[in-house]
Amino acid sequence: MNVSYNWLQDFVDLELPPQELADRLTLAGIAVENVIELGKGIDLVVTGRIEEINPHPNADKLVITIVNTGEEKLQIVTAATNVKEGDVVPVALEGARLAGGLVIKRAKLRGVESRGMMCSGQELGIDQKTMPPDQAHGIMILPPGTPLGRDAKEVLGLNDHILELDLTPNRGDCLSMIGVAREVAALLGRPTRFVEHSFPELKESIQGQVRVDIEDPGLCRRYIARLIKNVRVGRSPLWMQSRLRSAGMRPISNIVDVTNYVMLEMGQPLHAFDYDKLVDHHIIVRSAVDEEKMVSLDDVTRELSRDMLVITDPSGPVAVAGVMGGLSTEVTENTTSILLESAYFNPVSIRRTSKTLGLRSEASLRFEKGIDIGGCLRAVNRAVQLIYDMGAGEVVNGVVDNYISPISEKTIMFRPARATYVLGLDIPKSEASNILSSLQFKVQESGEDLLVTVPSHRVDVSIEEDLIEEIARMHGYDRVPATLPYGSSTQGVKTPEQSFRALIIDTLAGAGLHEVITYSFTNPRVFDLMNLPMDSPLRDAIKIQNPLSEENSVMRTMMLPGLLAVLANNFSRRVQDGAIFELGKVFIPSGIGNTHEERSVLAAAAVGRVGGSWKMPPLELDYYFLKGVLERLFSVLGTDPVSFHRETANPVFHPGRTASIEAGGRKLGVLGELNPDVLERYEFPERVVAFEIYLEELFAVLGRRNVYRSLPKFPGIERDLAVVIKREIPAGDILKIIRNTGGELLDSVSLFDIYTGEQVSEGCQSMAFSLKFQARDRTLTDAEISELTAAIASELSSRFGAELRG
Amino acid sequence: MEEKLRKIGAEASKALAEAGGLEELNDIRVRYLGKKGELTQVLRGMGALSADERPLIGQIANEVRASIEKELASRTIMLKDLAKEQRLKDEGIDVTLPGTPLPRGGKHPLTIVTEEIQEFFLGLGYSIAEGPEIETDYYNFEALNLPKDHPARDMQDTFFITAETLLRTQTSSVQVRTMEKTTPELPVKIIAPGRVYRRDDDATHSPMFNQVEGLAIDRRITFSDLKGTLDLFMREVFGPKTKTRFRPSYFPFTEPSAEVDISCVMCGGKGCRVCSHTGWLEILGSGMVHPRVLEVSGYNSEQVTGFAFGLGVERIAMLKYGIDDLRVLFENDLRFLQQF
Ligand SMILES: [Zn+2]
Repeated sequence: MNVSYNWLQDFVDLELPPQELADRLTLAGIAVENVIELGKGIDLVVTGRIEEINPHPNADKLVITIVNTGEEKLQIVTAATNVKEGDVVPVALEGARLAGGLVIKRAKLRGVESRGMMCSGQELGIDQKTMPPDQAHGIMILPPGTPLGRDAKEVLGLNDHILELDLTPNRGDCLSMIGVAREVAALLGRPTRFVEHSFPELKESIQGQVRVDIEDPGLCRRYIARLIKNVRVGRSPLWMQSRLRSAGMRPISNIVDVTNYVMLEMGQPLHAFDYDKLVDHHIIVRSAVDEEKMVSLDDVTRELSRDMLVITDPSGPVAVAGVMGGLSTEVTENTTSILLESAYFNPVSIRRTSKTLGLRSEASLRFEKGIDIGGCLRAVNRAVQLIYDMGAGEVVNGVVDNYISPISEKTIMFRPARATYVLGLDIPKSEASNILSSLQFKVQESGEDLLVTVPSHRVDVSIEEDLIEEIARMHGYDRVPATLPYGSSTQGVKTPEQSFRALIIDTLAGAGLHEVITYSFTNPRVFDLMNLPMDSPLRDAIKIQNPLSEENSVMRTMMLPGLLAVLANNFSRRVQDGAIFELGKVFIPSGIGNTHEERSVLAAAAVGRVGGSWKMPPLELDYYFLKGVLERLFSVLGTDPVSFHRETANPVFHPGRTASIEAGGRKLGVLGELNPDVLERYEFPERVVAFEIYLEELFAVLGRRNVYRSLPKFPGIERDLAVVIKREIPAGDILKIIRNTGGELLDSVSLFDIYTGEQVSEGCQSMAFSLKFQARDRTLTDAEISELTAAIASELSSRFGAELRG
Repeated sequence: MEEKLRKIGAEASKALAEAGGLEELNDIRVRYLGKKGELTQVLRGMGALSADERPLIGQIANEVRASIEKELASRTIMLKDLAKEQRLKDEGIDVTLPGTPLPRGGKHPLTIVTEEIQEFFLGLGYSIAEGPEIETDYYNFEALNLPKDHPARDMQDTFFITAETLLRTQTSSVQVRTMEKTTPELPVKIIAPGRVYRRDDDATHSPMFNQVEGLAIDRRITFSDLKGTLDLFMREVFGPKTKTRFRPSYFPFTEPSAEVDISCVMCGGKGCRVCSHTGWLEILGSGMVHPRVLEVSGYNSEQVTGFAFGLGVERIAMLKYGIDDLRVLFENDLRFLQQF
């Protein structure tokens, strides 16, 4: 809603600068987003009449005009084509300034002197879309009687400020000048100035000339019709046009302009029908029938359905109620009688209808927020008065007012003690009463409390808390003290899962991975990119009914595509090395009904290498890097022992370089290099490794960890063991045998070297282990250790044919 | 003989003074004091001396030996020091060479901010609640006093999964879920961080973003408690000089409702481009929990009151770190992420 400062002055004395008014309103909950000074920087533009238009001797596209500004006649050369002799136009004089900073100087155009310029609307800062179509790209033409030599800003209502309101949806009442005026008056402690609208009526009565039937009172609680005869359709006066423009509307004709003007002023949308085109002069308000059709004002055939409310005559729909008029009864230049409609339609119905039709109008916007049902008659009378005043028609005596179920006034008991309980602030009953009265609530004392009657325009107020807010906002939120809740103190704690999630993020970040956040929705095409077979359950993703694009149309069932996209994006920006992770959810339909499952997944991906310096080679971000990250994570979290088993059948991953991660009989996830086909589709020139860990499974194997084990009192003893062993034997199996054989006395084992080449037979490798032996109760003897080491070697030999290496 | 001894003493002393290394000192020691050393040789000739001379010469010999030993010791210390000094000098490294590069990772700025928010409220006794991201229409709207066809639904353009399920548009969906579980116990004090979704995608809107919902329900929780809590919070996050401003606003699930502004973090309230020259930045929505929301959650709204607020993590992160483009938060450019 755009509010003209000058227009507002019609209803309340302001006497404070527009910006200050805007600030006051904002702090009272009517947010003013912007204050715009109309005609800013424009100077020395006056009204002038074109007396002559003569051809230019040296140019076909220019003409020489003589313009009378009242004081003098100026020769002005112009290229404009939409002007004729006798037109009154805005004239920028020498030295004038226009919107956009243009300064007008005396000039010679193709050898002919030109002393000024005729202006377009745009040059005066007027929005092009509020100009009549024929003037949108040419000179602005003012009504013929416009006095000459006047300041054009004055004439065009440009000495004004516009307050751009950003209204909350509950304050439909402020979609009108009088609504805003009520707020301002209450804020400033001034009275409002709402006058009675008076006009003479014709002798003939509306009775017998108009019939209105409401078939569904639930959808239309009030319908008022007035009849205007001897209508002369033409232009509306300039002041009205200017005000419409200031609100962002385009003037059309006097009758249409009046309906729009009253809507802006009073918040009541009106509609004018050509009375003579209404069959039988009979209005029937009813629901549409399925597949019923109507051609709307914009000449589009609209298909209606039974949940839409329509205004009809006996021949069919003439308007979609509150949303758009029909072409058949449109007011045209030839119209001589009009029926003016002022009605109250059900907000929900209007909202549905305008949504279904995809038609949002200024009218529907107001109806769907709920208009003032008590103001319908005032509004139609205001329109009639304006039409009468501008000599555009004469009003037939009387009104047809179908007011089917006048709403009983809402009353609310307001308890000052309750306000204190909610606000934490004492507001005396008298102040509460004053505030509510200033907002035009009716207030009656009732013991300690107040019985408050809500005015019909405040459709947003229905419970005591609403009144508490009214009082708090007028009292000033800034005057409410700042305190902390007293009483029962609570301990803020994270659940174990929340703590673990934080620990996971810290650990991975500490291990050199960067956390990323990617969208939870994805493109269904990624399932092809990821090599998933057609029957893969991961393809069964939850679909979004109304996605913004196919690209983000299904909920992700796996995390890796998002991470790969991140790496690919970085690649395209030549950031080619890095390791990333994300902790997020995947969404799995569970098939029955609407339910689904949200699973937390930790995923990581890495490519390239990092570090590397004069001192050490770069760290390869390969399978073993991510495995090391996971091993650290498992150690930090304290999981049950985790093992990695080769997984060959996962289509996403490289069949030879992928492990299933298992612990406590559960599969925690997968770690591996991505399948070359996947890499090719993402156009990665390098190997990429990744893992996905299902948090639910991980949490299930978190051991009862971190019970302190006393430090050993006796020294541990290390011993190396090197064996030559067939290459196809997995290190995991070898380590397992070593641990089992070493038993309790083997404190730890680590593989510190792998060697192939000279002195190692074909198909074999030498593996060197460092074994650390430790007893809790004594220092182990050399003999004991040698015996254990020999036992391990012998077990390796018998299981795998390993040979001890000298 | 005495003369011989004195001469040996003088020679040894000279040799010691001239010796440049520890090895040389050792040679000198062997030469003069060793079993076959000069002093020993001379003393072997003592047998030829008279009984009168012997003690005298013996004494002299001892003096000479003691003097050599003393000088030898002090010279040894000195040369050892010198050698150590030299060794340390030789061991010098270029301390300006770059250190061993350890891989550096990091948390996403949105996580950092979310954690900071969590820590603050944990400290005030709030717990962390969670809810599903695919939510029912009931918890996301209906239960929050937003029936179907409510105009305020336009404030949140929604992604639908079915007619009754949707991607939650606000973490407020966790409010009623939490209260239902807690009722009739009091107090309820939670924050609910998480992803939310709206059908918007432009320079200032992302279809997915992060919110933190806060909810405190108890007997006699007041609007002024809401002010105090958020005031403290803003000063914690944006610094002790931060001022807050509460403006009346509208949310269907709170009444009274307030929009909260903070003094501009860029200009301190003087007015700049970031705050559109108002000196204030809109930061979150809040209010007293609407009685209807309390009632559907099983609380008696006459006895129990509470406040709720919802803040956008992206907005706070952008202000905190001076990020001027929302989209970089979701582009995950490593050069961006490495800055946190
Ligand atoms: Zn600023």
